[in-house]
Amino acid sequence: MSELQRTPLHAFHVAHGGRMVDFAGWDMPVQYQSILEEHKAVRTTAGLFDVSHMGEADVTGPGAEAFLNRLVTNDVSKLYPGRVLYSPMCRPDGGVVDDLLVYMHEPERYFLVINASNIAKDLAWMREQAAGFDVTITDRSDDYALLAVQGPKAETILQSLTGAKLGMLRYYHFGEGTVAGVHCYISRTGYTGEDGFELYHATSDAPALAEAIMQAGAAHGLQLAGLGARDSLRLEAGYPLYGHELNDDLSPIAAGLGWTVKFQKEGSFTGAEALQAEKADPARRRVVFFRTGDRRIVRAGAEVLDASGAVVGSVLSGTMSPMLGEAIGSALVPAAAVEAGELAVDLRGKKFVLQLVKPPFVELKKSS
Amino acid sequence: MSNVPADRRYAKSHEWVKDAGDGVVEVGISDYAQSSLGDITYVELPAVGDTLEAGAVFGVVESVKAASDLYAPVSGEVVEVNEALDGAPELVNQEPYAGGWIMKVKVADAAAIDALLDSEAYTAETA
Repeated sequence: MSELQRTPLHAFHVAHGGRMVDFAGWDMPVQYQSILEEHKAVRTTAGLFDVSHMGEADVTGPGAEAFLNRLVTNDVSKLYPGRVLYSPMCRPDGGVVDDLLVYMHEPERYFLVINASNIAKDLAWMREQAAGFDVTITDRSDDYALLAVQGPKAETILQSLTGAKLGMLRYYHFGEGTVAGVHCYISRTGYTGEDGFELYHATSDAPALAEAIMQAGAAHGLQLAGLGARDSLRLEAGYPLYGHELNDDLSPIAAGLGWTVKFQKEGSFTGAEALQAEKADPARRRVVFFRTGDRRIVRAGAEVLDASGAVVGSVLSGTMSPMLGEAIGSALVPAAAVEAGELAVDLRGKKFVLQLVKPPFVELKKSS
Repeated sequence: MSNVPADRRYAKSHEWVKDAGDGVVEVGISDYAQSSLGDITYVELPAVGDTLEAGAVFGVVESVKAASDLYAPVSGEVVEVNEALDGAPELVNQEPYAGGWIMKVKVADAAAIDALLDSEAYTAETA
């Protein structure tokens, strides 16, 4: 087995009591003290996450916009400098290669953020798709560290460390600035459903910046938060996670991300035909979100049963919602089974009916 | 460093047993076990009156991470269960040796308790 990769904050995590686990080949903190407490801190005050394992790439050149618009399902032509776009990128059969963020610096200069588990696969796919476009793709994953400050106190905490006017920065927008003396791309984005910021900066600056944010946040209840809280927060918000609600075999249409698939945009995109066909297919599968009214967690892989007890699907993600105090999750089932009514799971011999919910599961306060 | 009180015995499967008098023992899981599991979200308790066989599964403790079986450290009859855990399973995290106890068992054979690990041996086991 190859050695696990480490972010520039590895020593910081260990020093702060991080419980380290293998996540996609990275030695990452799953929690510090308590996943439930870290989750609640992000919903009520603020949490600091190290997401430096995420991948980054520069896409530059005269053909950058046309290339990206072919690559992803969302409409890149709607971007302007300082705007961020979320989009899946599909294969011709509609399966998702990855979901990513597209940042526009200026015309002909874009910045992509991709999942840690997919960096090599994504770059190979993008380079293959770039044939015929006047574009340069540069892997920047080793150059950037990424810290996320999330929660209702995120702006107050970060504002004390920067002269940048954070209040002017709208959701899914970014700018450049100095935070605690460190040059950053400051992005009003995140993966928790709360208001918050993501700070892209040089890897060598990461430990000093993390410590400065911790100190500035101490009086506001900021807590370090690990991957465990990140997962329960994103599921409570109803955000898909690659490998669960999205994968090579699961399309954005099935995932409920129809809003990111712009059939009408200028020029076609990879996967458009397959996704059109899937959209029109009444037998298609759907990702649904559920709560159970019970504390017992329904875990990924559990079989979903219809009213007759037949297996019709499976659970994709499952956890305990710390805010609801009950189990929540997502499942993949045929659209027809959803319409037919009762879906359930069997947990150690006891049946639990899935109460389908349109996420978010809790009221979120993110700015728009 | 996990806490391993000397006033009780331990099973290799991480349950503890404490003499509660009159042939009854209190059973819970160790500090090491609760810490390894992380945030505990649910404890599936046995029923009062259940007959347990040492080594057999008698319940389940669920954390955000995983669902783990609980193994009876001794044979006997369940005489009481900690119903407070229904509403507050986090007691197992907070007080694994006190408020987080799981059940009381009338033991079938008192000698079986002595066969369990003492605190020193359990500490060595989990080191």
